[in-house]
Amino acid sequence: MLSLSRGAKISLGLIVAVVLAFMYIPLLLVMLNSFNAARIASWPITDFSLEWWGIAFSSEPIRAAVLNSVVVAAGATAIALLLGTLTAFALQRYSFFGKQSVNLLVVLPIALPGIVTGVALSNTYNNILEPIGIQLGYFGMIVAHATFCIVMVFNNVLARLRRMSPNLEEASMDLGAGLGQTLRLVTFPQFRTAFVAGGLLAFALSFDEVVVTIFTAPPGVDTLPLWIMNQMARPNEASVVNVVATVIILASLIPVYFSQRLTRAEEEER
Amino acid sequence: MTSTAHSGHHRAAAPGGKSLSRRLYRARRLRLAALLTLPMTWLVGVYIFSLVMLLITAFWVTDPFTSKVKPGFTLDNFARIIENPAYLSTSLRTLGIALLVTLLSAAFAIPLGIFMAKIASPRLRGLLSVAITLPLWAGYLVKILAMRVTFTEDGFFNWVLAPFGISGPGFSFATVVLTLTYLWFPYMAVPVYTAIRQIPVNLFDASADLGAGSWRTIRTVVMPLLKPALIAGSIFTFSLSLGDYIAAKFVGGSTQMIGSIIASNINLNPPVAAAFSVVPIVFVLIYLFAVRKTGALDRM
Repeated sequence: MLSLSRGAKISLGLIVAVVLAFMYIPLLLVMLNSFNAARIASWPITDFSLEWWGIAFSSEPIRAAVLNSVVVAAGATAIALLLGTLTAFALQRYSFFGKQSVNLLVVLPIALPGIVTGVALSNTYNNILEPIGIQLGYFGMIVAHATFCIVMVFNNVLARLRRMSPNLEEASMDLGAGLGQTLRLVTFPQFRTAFVAGGLLAFALSFDEVVVTIFTAPPGVDTLPLWIMNQMARPNEASVVNVVATVIILASLIPVYFSQRLTRAEEEER
Repeated sequence: MTSTAHSGHHRAAAPGGKSLSRRLYRARRLRLAALLTLPMTWLVGVYIFSLVMLLITAFWVTDPFTSKVKPGFTLDNFARIIENPAYLSTSLRTLGIALLVTLLSAAFAIPLGIFMAKIASPRLRGLLSVAITLPLWAGYLVKILAMRVTFTEDGFFNWVLAPFGISGPGFSFATVVLTLTYLWFPYMAVPVYTAIRQIPVNLFDASADLGAGSWRTIRTVVMPLLKPALIAGSIFTFSLSLGDYIAAKFVGGSTQMIGSIIASNINLNPPVAAAFSVVPIVFVLIYLFAVRKTGALDRM
């Protein structure tokens, strides 16, 4: 075991404390400010009020933005689950010419800056497809999101496939099961948790994405991040945005809970 | 694969539905094509096509009077990037920000990882590993808003510093670096922590038996083993910072990044925006190429 001196332990502990403070104090400030009666975030808070919470929950634009975000994230996740799993199987089960390039191709949309992806797709939508009469509109946003979500599913499924034994599938086929039956009864149950985890990550990534969305969202359509950004850009950013942010912070506990459970389930499976 | 031959024989009498399975099982190339056709059509047809078209647009011309984009061939757009001192300094500033964010993230991730893996009790370790991943889910803009609330003129940070007679960085270059570190830190912290946990205990014992103190063990045993994890983490911190401009917009005051210039040109002068978006691509590709040999990319 690494035996550190008392002083070293204390200084490491202090660094950890600073890191945690740096991570959590700002989030806490947002949550507290959602109860701030003042219109502009300030510290210390002198007057508390629930006004902004009431406004946020009856706001039609917020509801529409949440709905848009859910629809886009669900669509993008569905596409990413299909494409990511297919690619993971191809790369894990076969060796072929250009394998590395395919791998790079999947990682590229997330490795390149979001603004490049956004500008490239918006260029295609506005300057190539629109002049020939194809208007993707809402679907264009889903296409863009799916493109950078594939890697999430791909990574998770690929990592699991590497640990799976192909013997079970061969045994299943030997016993007379067809490809479909084997996939459904033997292969899929083995990578199900990775599939779900990848889908969860893809959904979260899409739900949170803003840069690509700025360039691919059709005019007048706000996702939740776009709505937040527009609020922040206003000179007197209304405190309603703090309420929405607080709800997002609280909602982020849900995927963390699920990912913890998935990790635990995986450890038990092993 | 004698078993396959055997099963093939065994299933010879199976009805028609199974024969498709059997044919697919034998035709390797067909199966591979079946798997790859859809994803590759998507990625090449949508994504690579768009990137290539963007690159081509970078050589097109904008009519100065109607500001309509016309196909053509000119290197003017690229020349403008190099000639315009504001564009050049923005590129260098963005590169500097991305490198600073990466260094800061590593500087915090290593002590955090050592503390979690080697000092903390299992219970505290579990808590901390949740604590460092939790902000990942909290939302990109939420975190930028949080930094905005913290560093604003009448905000918390200045309030804490006020008794000492100093004031915080406000909205500036330093706040952009801090905010981006805040955003991308978990991408560095998680792989570093995982790598430290995976170091066998024997190595520490051996190092101690050979007379090395704890700092020396960290420097000569832990650090070299952390290299792949640091590189994997740095790919995220570096390339995510490089392309960001929302942080600069909301907490940077007048600080501009590459993305700011692309975003402000995309409607006025698409070819210049296209040419300028080549800059982060080149930076990222150089970085990926430089770290490729370490094998860190295979772990992504």
